[in-house]
Amino acid sequence: MSNVLLETKKVVKRFGGLVAVNKMDVVIEQGSICSIIGPNGAGKTTFFNTLTGIYKPEEGEIVFDGHHTIGLRPDQITDLHIARTFQNIRLFGSMTVLENIMVGMHTRLKQSGVDALLRTRKFREEEKKAFAKATELMEYVGLHGVGDELARNLPYGGQRRIEVARALASQPKLLLLDEPTAGMNPNETEDAIRLFRRVRDDLGITILLIEHDMRVVMGISERITVMDYGEKIAEGLPAEIRANKRVIEAYLGRGAATEIIA
Amino acid sequence: MRRIYESTVLRELLRPLGQIAIFVTATGAIFSVAMLLLALLFRGSAADRLLQENNHINIFAFTLTNLPQVLVDGVTLGFVYAAIALGYTMVYGVLEFINFAHSEIFAIGAFVGVEVLIALEGAGQLSSIPIWLAYVFLALAVIAGMAAAGGMAMLVEATAYRPLRNAPRLVPLISAIGVSFFLQDAIRFTESITTGQFHRIIPTFGNFDQRVSLVKLPLAGVVTDINIQIKSIVVIAAAVLMLVGLNYLVNATKVGKAIRAVAQDRPTASLMGINVNLIISLTFLVGGALGGAAGVLYALKFTRIDPFVGFFPGIKAFTAAVLGGIGNLTGALLGGIVLGMLESFAGAYLSAFTMGAAGAEYKDILAFAILILVLIFRPSGLLGEQVGQKA
Repeated sequence: MSNVLLETKKVVKRFGGLVAVNKMDVVIEQGSICSIIGPNGAGKTTFFNTLTGIYKPEEGEIVFDGHHTIGLRPDQITDLHIARTFQNIRLFGSMTVLENIMVGMHTRLKQSGVDALLRTRKFREEEKKAFAKATELMEYVGLHGVGDELARNLPYGGQRRIEVARALASQPKLLLLDEPTAGMNPNETEDAIRLFRRVRDDLGITILLIEHDMRVVMGISERITVMDYGEKIAEGLPAEIRANKRVIEAYLGRGAATEIIA
Repeated sequence: MRRIYESTVLRELLRPLGQIAIFVTATGAIFSVAMLLLALLFRGSAADRLLQENNHINIFAFTLTNLPQVLVDGVTLGFVYAAIALGYTMVYGVLEFINFAHSEIFAIGAFVGVEVLIALEGAGQLSSIPIWLAYVFLALAVIAGMAAAGGMAMLVEATAYRPLRNAPRLVPLISAIGVSFFLQDAIRFTESITTGQFHRIIPTFGNFDQRVSLVKLPLAGVVTDINIQIKSIVVIAAAVLMLVGLNYLVNATKVGKAIRAVAQDRPTASLMGINVNLIISLTFLVGGALGGAAGVLYALKFTRIDPFVGFFPGIKAFTAAVLGGIGNLTGALLGGIVLGMLESFAGAYLSAFTMGAAGAEYKDILAFAILILVLIFRPSGLLGEQVGQKA
């Protein structure tokens, strides 16, 4: 079972004098659902950005699926089968829903400009397959008949779903979700949790999420990592985290911790 | 499912044709009506009397009989501007800066195309050849111009813009102006050491200079022969082909989706596995190639080129891009057609309507007045900033 998909060793990311991520060690096992939690500004999103290559960490090591990823460009890392969604939805608003999903397939489609120019049989067949796959993914995340709508015209919950579909389109082994249920109502949140479980169970995709909503975190995670001021302050099963004194301190302050424990 | 997909492809091929038809007809109709109304207003004026005295024609009849020819010329010029404007607008779409070196990219295309033809002429290949061979040679020159201009645009991007990608916005702009001067003088230098001449003239070959009569119309009592030079038809056909091709590339292929994704959100595009630098290079290649082709077509139409040939068409195409809405591909097409039409109308009528006080050479004033007016009153351009059409 100890099949490690992602391992970070002492990852450090500084912005000038500020240490945004400090010596993060995380181990994610294949096929698990893990969460990173922590107060605002703890460095969770920055940590995600080091994983996807948007930021280059100053120190440490990131090994994903046997590849050292530090120094690779974001598109090269995506090529290794990591996909992500964003805290603030970042769809291509003026492309249609299907086009958004097809952009997600970019690295998996093999067609050259020459193919496109000549409209070779290979090109046409691949386009057709891509189109069918995108439609399938759209329906998989629970959207129907909106393929030709502009992405920005969909309601908030729908846009979140497209982001997931777009991420899935790149055939990830690891899916990074940055606050996937932020701004959702309880019903939408329930749907989202079910969707993430299905993604893991049906497609075997490992999920790492950042989340503030404790119902989501406790409901879905198998392991939880807690960050505060850029450092990992705790790690463990949901039940362990719930009872961890340092975690409660980080969230509610020192006084509160003693009160609750007592 | 299959039907929807096939219809998408068809739509992306037909839509630009429809747009072109609408833009040309609408612009032509609006300009014609406005001009005829103006002619009616001028009836009995000093300009009218002068025209009657010298040419024995009243101003309304003068306007009407010239109109078809003016429209044909306007469309030809408009397509050349549109093809150049697309280069400005594509680069603006992905990088949000004006590539002022684009006018020299255009000039490089023109020079390479013309030099290819001059070399062919020197080898005795252009005289008394069958018509089809003339078209093959012209296509060859256009392709050579496209390759050279596209390659140069990529080179400029890699050397002069990419290192400044994260600099403040003014810095790459200044770099672009520098590149523009550099390329101008580079062309001059190359031409003077290889040929000893600064200006080159495209060889006469094939049937491009002939005119075909389209229709004979009785206008204002005079039977007017409306004709068009074959080279104008070639220019229009080539430009339409390129515009449709570009629209197809941008809207119906994987590369096009990548270009639009980079235009909308560069970091997110890179997280989708898109190699952003490659796509930006490609945008310069495509925009540059369009500019280069426009250069060869321009040389074909206007015959004589010099190292500064890019300046005016370039700045007018820039005006066209701004007029249509910079960053908007459809806008560049519309802006090009409007500007070409305006220039053709001004060139034909300005002199008669001002009794020779302001001749055709003042037509540029109108183009640049438009630039200023658009920037003041509608900076987002006629079609506004449709990010969806950004490329």
